[in-house]
Formats: sequence, structure tokens, C-alpha cells
Amino acid sequence: MAHDAVDQEQALASDWGGGGSPFAVGWPKLMMWLFLVSDTLTFAGLLAGYGVVRISLGRWPDRTQVFNLYLVGAMTFILICSSATMAVAVSAAKRGDHRRVIPYLLLTVLGGLLFLSGQAYEWTHFIREGARLFGNPWGIPQFSATFFITTGFHGGHVTVGVLYLLVTALRWARRSIQPESVEITGLYWHFVDLVWVFIFTLLYLI
Amino acid sequence: MAVAHGAVHEEHRLGFIRRYIFSQDHKIIGIQYMMTSLFMAAVGGVLAMLIRMELGWPGGHWGVARWLFPGGFSSDGVLKPDFYLAVVTMHGSIMIFFVLTTALSGGFGNFLIPLTIGARDMAFPFLNMLSYWLYPPAIVVLLSSFFVAGGAPNSGWTAYPPLSALRNAAPGSGLGQTLWLVSLAILIVSFLFGSLNYITTVLQLRTRGMSMGRMPLVTWAQFTTAILMLLSFPVLFAAVVMLLFDRHLGTSFFVPSGLVVGGQLVTHQGGNPLLWQHLFWFLGHPEVYVLILPPMGIVSEILAVHGRKPIFGYKAMVASICAIAFLSFLVWGHHMIVSGMNPLVGTAFMVTTLAIAIPSAIKTFNWVATLWRARIHFTPAMLFAIGFVSLFITGGLTGIFLGSPAVDTYFHDTFFIVAHFHFVMASAALFGLFGGLYHWFPKMFGRMMDERLGKMHFWLTFVGIYATFFPMHFLGMAGEPRRYYSPQMYDFLRGLAGLNMFVSVAAFGLGLAQLIFIYNFLRSLFRGPKAERNPWHANTLEWQTESPPPHGNWGAILPTVHRWPYDYSVPDAMDDFIPQTVPAAAVPVAGGALDDGLQGGAVDEPPVAGSERT
Repeated sequence: MAHDAVDQEQALASDWGGGGSPFAVGWPKLMMWLFLVSDTLTFAGLLAGYGVVRISLGRWPDRTQVFNLYLVGAMTFILICSSATMAVAVSAAKRGDHRRVIPYLLLTVLGGLLFLSGQAYEWTHFIREGARLFGNPWGIPQFSATFFITTGFHGGHVTVGVLYLLVTALRWARRSIQPESVEITGLYWHFVDLVWVFIFTLLYLI
Repeated sequence: MAVAHGAVHEEHRLGFIRRYIFSQDHKIIGIQYMMTSLFMAAVGGVLAMLIRMELGWPGGHWGVARWLFPGGFSSDGVLKPDFYLAVVTMHGSIMIFFVLTTALSGGFGNFLIPLTIGARDMAFPFLNMLSYWLYPPAIVVLLSSFFVAGGAPNSGWTAYPPLSALRNAAPGSGLGQTLWLVSLAILIVSFLFGSLNYITTVLQLRTRGMSMGRMPLVTWAQFTTAILMLLSFPVLFAAVVMLLFDRHLGTSFFVPSGLVVGGQLVTHQGGNPLLWQHLFWFLGHPEVYVLILPPMGIVSEILAVHGRKPIFGYKAMVASICAIAFLSFLVWGHHMIVSGMNPLVGTAFMVTTLAIAIPSAIKTFNWVATLWRARIHFTPAMLFAIGFVSLFITGGLTGIFLGSPAVDTYFHDTFFIVAHFHFVMASAALFGLFGGLYHWFPKMFGRMMDERLGKMHFWLTFVGIYATFFPMHFLGMAGEPRRYYSPQMYDFLRGLAGLNMFVSVAAFGLGLAQLIFIYNFLRSLFRGPKAERNPWHANTLEWQTESPPPHGNWGAILPTVHRWPYDYSVPDAMDDFIPQTVPAAAVPVAGGALDDGLQGGAVDEPPVAGSERT
């Protein structure tokens, strides 16, 4: 019976044995991961729709003629840089380096705002050239429709992310949150960046 | 134990509104979901009666019904064709999304998950409250579509474009369809909040000793269902957004070129209606497992408890739940075999579809093996559980026919399909719902339901279901299409009038039988005899606390789990049940759970006071 007793002790203390988190994370972090999985599928739905429409039409405008890829490239670069500043803020929060958290969170906000202004400029330009949800001068209505709906949905995520970052910075300044909350904000922000990499590749490059 | 005492005090401090209306207690939220779903079931049931009125006596005069739905009937009491289509659409949408999903996941999921795993509440009670409070607005938006110009949508619960995408395609394609889509979008957000909570709670908040391998099957089913919902509904959300853009902002994701509606060429061009079908069924097929997995869990629980036997093949049951959930994402194409698909793809979908029969058969055989030589207590809950197995087999077998593209090509969109899914999904899920209600009613409300009325309800419902839906197989084989306003307008279907009348009479009987349930439910709620803690002598944790459980569920100390949930009729044991909280030293553990390392004969250390979380 002795080894049974040990087994049982181990079962009660084991990661999956109940009474604790199997991944050693708090529930808010796990919930954010799950939300991101779910959100991934929303974007996957939109991008799959884009793919089906584009393949079934068989022709698609030449993007280099329509978009300024230097601008979009710069926006992408800025967004990736903001992921780096976010990572610095998270690690500073974890180390307890309070002075560096707020500045790097604000730098991340700045990156997000620059990205959004780039997108606003791009949308304005695109619309002035005659792009609408229901049609455009390049002949394939779905081209502008998928562009607006996909980048718009992503832009909405970036806007929410900027607000989320500001709230996190404010709450950190008031000392009302733990480092893990900064990390959770970071998870969301990195996700938004990662999704952009897919959108950039699928909508502009391929 | 400051935490637990805090919880008790908090309950006293909360006013009526915070305790019973905007409650964050998972039990109240579960009951709110259940009550609202039962109300919606009554609405959906009345709509089903209207369908059967029309199909049984096409063009008949129904003065009384006109009083109930003034807009839906002509002045001489004949049901209007577009109203018929609206009724069919709303019956399906309500029953699938607003009754079965919400009652089985929202109702039982909320009530049972924290109780069966020994938690005090969900991980994020506030989000849980939001999840419920998005549901009534979704209902209001959905039902308001009956009262707008053009009425409720005509496009069926699947909302196929172009009928759903062009605002002038049918009377219900106007504002009614928009309201339908908005309502669904609200409900998807509600489901998202719910499933985030369920998954996190099951992973994080299991009490000491409650390993995944000791979780009751009902909790496994809810956990897996939540994963399905988390992964499938967002895709529908994307599709709903695109369809709303098509309808109101002029895009054409789903509208092909060259359509002529009302004598005018549609300006949309280049869209792909099949895209909607792919996106919809990527949700739609997991959705039918969202409806059937929770009843499977409920039935597994009831068969073990009321049969006084361990569930047969616990590991196989868990594995088959997971296998069904995984495969459910790979079969959506079998809904589209006649939509225009490469036959090779259709064959691939046939293979995955028939593969689902394997885990389903494992579950069925395990249920039957659990009943084999069991000491069956024929309570209403047990009767409904056995009825579930019967309905699931009947509907599952026709599912194997329909999985084959060659057969499906003939049966597609006939009443054979209607019969199939009403058995395997609708009625079976309904039986799971009734069985679960009879079983957990004492825990939910602290009172017992009347057994005699429950048995009467079962027999009338069971016979009513077979009498209503079984003849539909023959109607389908004879070629009667579904969704048609009046099949008897066609010569080749005229001979089916008698059978259709029989089905309608049976359906009315089935509907009336539910009044027994409503009476029993309401009467027991106020007048039923008080329930003890554990009236069925069950092992799972929810039966080890008071009926109904107090705020915080467990008093001062969280339960500790020492064994799997199915130690029934253990040889040499004093009672024929050994609750999960009984240490192994007191009575040896008889059954086998997933992790054999967990089975042991030694004493656990007593519960540590500070080890619980809030």
C-alpha cells in the first residue's frame, strides 16, 4: 500500500490533479489565450472568404499598381517595432522595473497610432481613387470589398488595442494591477501584429 | 475560511435584483438560461404546430390561429405562403440556437460545471452574467422580425443567399432577415463569453483530487462542447458580417452575377453563394454536436445513477466525445453534396462523415452495456435517458444512409432529412434536456417533481415523437420536399395527404403532451415535496451539498475528491454508491478512471484550509 499512498499524494499534487492551474497561469491569462484562438477563427473566416472569392473569380488587380507598398511596408515595420516595445514593457513589469513600464507602453501606443494614421491615409487615398465597397475602377468589386472589410476589422482590433494599452498604462500608474495584466495586454497586442503579418502577405503581396 | 464566510455574508447583503436578476451566481444564471429557453421552446413549439396545420390540411381555414397571428393569415383564415416560410425559418432558428443550445449549454453548463468539479463559481462570474444578459436582447431582436414590414425571414435557419442577401428577394428578405442576422450576432457574442468561462473553469478550478480523468462524463461533454462553440461560432460571425455588408453596403461576397429579381437585373456581381454554405456549415455541423454532446453526457450520468452501475467504458466514452468533437469540424461538406461540389470532395466528406459513426457507435454500445443487468430504477429521468438512446439509434442509422453522396442526392431536401435530424438531433437532444431536468430538478430547486406525471409525460412524448417523425421517412422516400408551402399542389404527392394528416394529428398530440410537463414543472416548483441532498444516491459532487446549493456551493471547506464518479454497487461496500468525496481508505476504489495512478488504497491528507482559491 505504501506506493499507492505516494501515488495518491502525487495525484493530488500533480498539475492536472485539481486544486490548481495545470498550466501554472491565472485564469485571466488562459481566458485571453482562448479568446485569441476564437478571434483567430473569425479572421480565418474573413481571409478564407477572400481566398474563395478571389480564386473563383480567377483574376485580380495588380496590387503594385494600386497600393503604395512602401507605405504599407513602413506601417508593417512600425507595428512590428511596437511589438518589440511591448515586450520590453512586459519584461520590465515582471522585473519590477516600474520606471520603464509606462514609457514603453506609451511607445507601443505611439506605434499603434502611427499604424492607424497610415491606414487612415491609405483608406482616404484608396477611396479618392474611386474604391467603394460595391465597386472600384479596377473592375473587380470584391477587390475593394475584401480590402475594406479585412483591413477594417483589423484596424478595429488595433484601435481597441490602443485603448486597452492606455487603460493598462493608467492602471499600472495607479498600481492597481499585477505584472501579469501587462503581459495579458501584451498577448492581445502581439496577436494583432501577427494577424497583420498574414493580412499583409495575403492582401498585398501574394 | 474568510473567503467562504465572506461569500455567505455577501449573499445576505445582496438585494433581490443582484441576487436573482443581475446575478453573478452560476446557479442562478443557469436557471435563468433554462427558464428563458423553456419559454422559447414554447414559442418554437407553437410554430411547429402551425407548420403541421398547413401540411396536414393545405389551404385549410383556421380562424382561431388568425387571432393569434393576425398578419400571417388571410381574412378567411388561410395561412399565407410567405408566413409559412417565415414560420419554418423561425421554428428552426429558435429551436436550434435559442432553445437547445441555450438550455443544454447555457442552462445545464452553467449550473453543473462548477458544482460537478467542486468550484465555488465560474472563473469570471461577471462575464458569465453578461453572457446571459445578451440572450434576452437577442430574443427580442429575433422575435421583433415578426412585426416588421415583410415579416420574419423566409430563407430557413441556414439563411442561404441569394434569398437572404437580396433585400427584395422575398417578403421576409427585408428588415426581417437583417434582424435575424443581428440577433444571431448578439447570440454569438453571448456564446463566446459562455464558452470562454466554461473552458477556463474546467481547466483551472477543479478542486483537489478532481483530475480530468475523474470528471463526470456530463462535465466532459460540456467542456468539449464549449471548445466546439469557441472554434465554430466565430466563423459564422465572419459570415454574418459579410452577409450584412452584402445586404446593406452593396458588396457582393455571396451574390453571383446576372441574377434577375422582380424583373430587374441585380447590380451585385461576381459573388459566390457557395462561400456562405461553406462558412455556414463550418459552424453548422459542429453546432449539431453542440446540441448532442451535452445530452450524451447527461444520459451517461443518468444511466449510471438510475441503473446503479458504473458507466461501461469510461475511457472509451471520453475518447469518443473527443473524437466526435474533432471529426465534427471535417464533415461540413456533406450538407452540400448537391450544391455543386467536385465528386471527389464529396467522397472525402463521405469518409469523414461515416467515420463519426464509429465513436457514436462506441457510445451507444457502452450505454447499452451499462444497462445490461443493471438494477434499473424506472424514474422519469431514466425513461428519458433510455428514450434518448432509442432516438439516437433511429436517427443515427438514417445518418449513415445520408452520409453517402449517391443516396443523399436523392434524399436531399426531402422529408427524409427532416425525419433524420428530428430524431438524431432535435428529439434526442430534447430527451436529454427532459431527462436532465427530471434528474437535476431537485438540485436546482430543492423540490421533487411528480413521478407519475413524469412517466405519463415520457410515454406520451416517446410515442408522439415516433408517430410524428417516423412516417416522415416514407414521405421523404415518396419525394415530398421540405419547406414547400403545399406539397399537395403536385400530382405525385397527392396520395400522401392521408399520411400528412396522420403526422399532423400525432404532432398535435405531442404538443399537448408537453402541457403535462409544464404543469408538473410549475406545480413541483412551488408544491413539490422538499428534496433531500442526494435523492438519487448519486456519487458526483453536486449531490454532496445542500439542495439547492447555497451561495458559494460548499460552505466553509471545498470538497476533496478521492475517486472516480461511478463507484456504484461496489461488491462488499455498505451502500450501493460511494460518493467521490469518500476517501479510498474508508471504502476501496473499485472503478478505473483515466489515470490509473490515481487509484489507491491510502488515506489522503485532510483538506488544507488555505488551499482553496476564490
